[in-house]
Amino acid sequence: MSVAADSAVYARQRVKPKASRDDWQMRAFMLVIALYLLLALAFPLYAMLSKSFKNDDGVFIGLANYAEYFGTPALSYSINNSIFIAVITTFITVLLAFTLAYALTRSCMPFKGFFKSVAMVPILVPSLLPGIALVYLFGRQGMIPWLLFGHEIYGPIGIVIAEVFFTLPHAIIIITTALSIADARLYESAVALRANKFRIFFTVTLPGVRYGLISAGFVVFTLTITDFGAPKVIGGDFNVLATDIYKQVIGQQNFEMGAVVSVILLIPAAVAFVVDRMVQKKQVALLSARAVTLQPDPHKRFDMIMLGYAILVSVFILGMLLVCQYAALVKFYPYNLSLGLNNYQFDLMDGGGWDSYFNSIYMASYTAIFGTIVVFTGAYMVEKGRGFDLGRGLFQLLAMMPMAVPGLVLGLAYIFFFNAPGNPLNFLYHSMAILVISTITHFYTVSHLTAVTALKQIDAEFEAVSASLKQPFYKTFSRVTVPVCLPAILDISIYLFVNAMTTVSAVVFLYGPDTTLASVAVLNMDDAGDIAPAAAMGMMIFYTAASVRLLHYFLSAYLEKRTQKWRMR
Amino acid sequence: MEKSTASKHAASQPPYLRIIDLTKKFGPFTALDRVSLEIFDGEFVCFLGPSGCGKTTLLRAIAGLDVQTYGRIEQSGEDVSALPPTERDFGIVFQSYALFPNMTVSKNIAYGLENRKNSKKEIKQRVAELLELVGLPDQAQKYPAQLSGGQQQRIALARALATSPGLLLLDEPLSALDAKVRVHLRHEVRALQERLGVTTVMVTHDQEEALTMADRIVVMNDGVIEQVGTPLEVYREPATIFVADFIGTMNFMPGVIDRAHTVTVGGQNLRCKADGMSAGEKVTVAVRPEDIIVHEAGGDEENVFEVTISEVEFLGSFVRADLVADQFAENRMRADFSINLIRRLNIEQGANISVAIPAERIRVYPEMQ
Amino acid sequence: MKTTTRYLKQIAVTAVSALVGLAFSASVATAETELTVYTAVEAEDLKKYADRFNEDHPDIKIKWVRDSTGIVTAKLLAEKDNPQADVIWGLAATSLLLMKGEGMLMPYAPAGLENLDPKFVDKDNPPTWTGMDAWVAAICVNTVESEKHGLPMPTSWKDLTKPEYKGHIAMPNPNSSGTGFLDVSSWLQIFGEEEGWAFMDALHENIDHYTHSGSKPCKQAARGEVAIGVSFAFRGAKSKAEGAPLEIIIPAEGIGWDMEATAIVNGTKNLEAAKTLVDWSISEKANKMYNEGYAVIGMQELAKPVEHFPDNIPQAMIDNDFEWAASNRKKILAEWQKRYDSKSEPKS
Repeated sequence: MSVAADSAVYARQRVKPKASRDDWQMRAFMLVIALYLLLALAFPLYAMLSKSFKNDDGVFIGLANYAEYFGTPALSYSINNSIFIAVITTFITVLLAFTLAYALTRSCMPFKGFFKSVAMVPILVPSLLPGIALVYLFGRQGMIPWLLFGHEIYGPIGIVIAEVFFTLPHAIIIITTALSIADARLYESAVALRANKFRIFFTVTLPGVRYGLISAGFVVFTLTITDFGAPKVIGGDFNVLATDIYKQVIGQQNFEMGAVVSVILLIPAAVAFVVDRMVQKKQVALLSARAVTLQPDPHKRFDMIMLGYAILVSVFILGMLLVCQYAALVKFYPYNLSLGLNNYQFDLMDGGGWDSYFNSIYMASYTAIFGTIVVFTGAYMVEKGRGFDLGRGLFQLLAMMPMAVPGLVLGLAYIFFFNAPGNPLNFLYHSMAILVISTITHFYTVSHLTAVTALKQIDAEFEAVSASLKQPFYKTFSRVTVPVCLPAILDISIYLFVNAMTTVSAVVFLYGPDTTLASVAVLNMDDAGDIAPAAAMGMMIFYTAASVRLLHYFLSAYLEKRTQKWRMR
Repeated sequence: MEKSTASKHAASQPPYLRIIDLTKKFGPFTALDRVSLEIFDGEFVCFLGPSGCGKTTLLRAIAGLDVQTYGRIEQSGEDVSALPPTERDFGIVFQSYALFPNMTVSKNIAYGLENRKNSKKEIKQRVAELLELVGLPDQAQKYPAQLSGGQQQRIALARALATSPGLLLLDEPLSALDAKVRVHLRHEVRALQERLGVTTVMVTHDQEEALTMADRIVVMNDGVIEQVGTPLEVYREPATIFVADFIGTMNFMPGVIDRAHTVTVGGQNLRCKADGMSAGEKVTVAVRPEDIIVHEAGGDEENVFEVTISEVEFLGSFVRADLVADQFAENRMRADFSINLIRRLNIEQGANISVAIPAERIRVYPEMQ
Repeated sequence: MKTTTRYLKQIAVTAVSALVGLAFSASVATAETELTVYTAVEAEDLKKYADRFNEDHPDIKIKWVRDSTGIVTAKLLAEKDNPQADVIWGLAATSLLLMKGEGMLMPYAPAGLENLDPKFVDKDNPPTWTGMDAWVAAICVNTVESEKHGLPMPTSWKDLTKPEYKGHIAMPNPNSSGTGFLDVSSWLQIFGEEEGWAFMDALHENIDHYTHSGSKPCKQAARGEVAIGVSFAFRGAKSKAEGAPLEIIIPAEGIGWDMEATAIVNGTKNLEAAKTLVDWSISEKANKMYNEGYAVIGMQELAKPVEHFPDNIPQAMIDNDFEWAASNRKKILAEWQKRYDSKSEPKS
């Protein structure tokens, strides 16, 4: 046979790559996790969407529910309220966070590590807790109500303060990162050009962190507009979308209207998410540029001012916690200020008692363990899988979606989907499993991105080398990928644990009689007026989350020490 | 397509690797366009070309890491076109080394030997053998991060060779290294390859690397093969303008074929060996700087003409001179002269000298687009 | 390294089996009969109720699902097609009427039905629900705060609309709280629809905020967060017992009330046990137990006065038309929401 004859055939014949056993195994794994995401995310959301177009007998009525919604000013006005709160909070939080991040990265103030840790504290408490603290601080019987100059804490002021507390760490993380990637050479050039400090600030510093600021803004906006805890506790009669969903569903059993509000809440969250993703891509592009790290020079006055500011922020954050702890220990505020543990008798209150605290620990542990396994394996399959592009693309999309879905919306969607008669998964309803599944799903995106980032950082050719050495992928996965990514894996698990401890929104519709949770207990006790026990339970969550965080810190440090031989750069 | 001629391998021997009409598309982009190539047993072949030319794509297609869209690959007479990498026979070394950071050097090398019915003792022995082979016998217990780049690359090589693959694929293996280490490793890798006789394909964008290491060079551009040949062929007789330009330095000048074996550049007729072109055809004339020689009185050479030296650039062991001549108008020529010659003839800027270009060193190509 | 792989495999196996176990554990029943009982009875009383019942029926284990009236009602309605509860014990009769309308309750005449006050029994025969005790609306007034702000002690609902109370009153939102709905529906019955809404319009001017739960206004009054909480008498008595400076006022116009009632959920798999529980729930022993917290019970002739409770409660209770309240619930709530649920809108 001649080469020419071969060519005629081969040049036109499309090569169908034969999938190896590895490929099949990886695809099967990915399908399982994709199926998980379909069941835990896409189907429930679809169920919710379709519910919003039906009446309570399940008959399709088109946009009638929406028409009713927009025809009821008491309901639709919440859109304005929600946006109003979110915008104000975003503005304040980003400003406060930027200043603190600036102090942390650009000053030579002492105790930076301490201030940074304190700034992260709000992550460890449910968003209900700042609201409770505000009641004790600025309520009618508050400790310092005069600070509000006669304004009412119940309402927008309270919500905004609580949201600022709640969102501050998220903004600080993003802005600190943005500030710390700044290129020192830019500053040197600016100084060489004799630009003064203010000019440098506005022409170098701010443009350098613009994507960080925008990204932080969108994150804060989304967190605020979807948060349910703060407006629930301190919002008074100031209605926002998140509390409306709760009221429609829990108070009025109007599931259809709950679905409508959910869909409406999805819109700003989704828009903010998409914009943020676009901005983040640009930020990453900035990151990859080789930069010389900026070392701040000491300036006594500036450093002192920054120190003062950092102290102020720390007082704000720690003060809120201290107030809650104090309130939890006072016997009958404000009429009997002697201390005691009577507010810790959770079994005499609503919310499920001490059981809910232990349930929460179980739930958080399961979420951390299974969540990390699912998320990391899923990310690995997407990143390192071969071929099967359509499946991988779909998976990637599914993995990004939870970020745009507020917890309450997810929880409500779960009711519609899992409790539908005829759903074979019905047995999950009210079980611990559904709480774990909803929590993993709710916090999937950030975990997934953490995993993907870690996987992208390791050599892209490990799998190719392994294949050439004829070793199965799971060997490389377990012997190389997992050990190398262990810090990120720990990060994911702690992230899932802490969020599972503190989350209220997704699980508030899903817990059952045997599966009450500590965070929901805080909500229910506060709802029933048992605000001191609510504070006590909230602080229990804080101590638990903080201990696990510390444990994680020591574990990471130990791991780093043990593996520093090969982690050297 | 250029047919390879000179090779130390008998043409009668069937090729070890046969690539037939390979096309690779990434969406609308064609990375490889009907590439055909034969590689013989024990050969060291370099894929050379600028970034984006398709050389790495071709290598990854051979490995099965990125399967081609169309076309066929045969290895040892067997069709491997659609096989996944695990079912092909090759060892691979990447620019990034891709050493497993959490494993010691010996664990890295032993990785491919596990699950193959090798006893622990056999594995240990083989690892020691390989460490000896790459000249790092006492680094077995270190982690990759504790080694220099050059050492890491040798370990990567040892790991790729551990399973005695029939084909060794090297993807820019030396590009991440310092210049000195790079030069040193070139020789070592080549010596090792000759010793083991393993068929080797190396991707590189460094022509010097390709010229010093390869038995044959495959010059690629824009997804097609421009030329396949020995280093000498590729350098001396570049098949296309691209190759001529890409490898080494080349003077290009527009010209017109005057009659058989004579081309007119500007007002100067030059004798050349170009065949198959008709009179009046517009062409591009290419001459390497080192092929322009100083014509000393009494010599009997063709293609002699007068030039003025407009600029002299000192480049260490030689000098690059810019030559201008009235008949070439704005076309300058660069010529390389040895330091000795410069000294002897006292050549300096502004000097008028007489130069010659041997006819067999003049390449003529159809006009540059 | 080999051990690491094995270890990882082990983790994976354990993890999978744990997840499966996790999913199924909820559906596995224990040997003795376990009844899932939905209730809105105060959390602190649940253990007592179950213990007393188990004194007579140790073989039936009660699994409580406790939440506020609104939430339990919502849960039950949400689970309409797939009921999780066997029995409802201690939920507002108005809520049970909703469920009766949905056909979710099983008609059953428990033993000893004839001993109950007819007001405490569903009109159908056999009845779908039976009452336990009445919980009545009341006003909780913080005496310390009232004094501080110079507020006179209110004696009637109408008093609450006086300008001096502006910003000092909390009441439950009827859209989420059973107590709140009780208040609103009783005012509409006491004053008539037109005057009732007019009253609420005036009251709205004085309301500081609406709460989600019915007991919260009283608890807030107990803590001095507001001076006056529109709530229910039982809650006020409890807080008073805890040492709060509270006065419980029974307004002169009469008070709305609702029953805590019991019913069997249609489709229960433990019908016999459910019947046993419902029989017990109207027994003399049970009534005496209710009387420990509530002044008005199904067998009123057994009732003894309850500490901290005003003694004029039975006389003040209006003739509550539960059927009317249940059938007009949606309309009333919509109207209420339209009028008052937008307190947060900026006042122009």
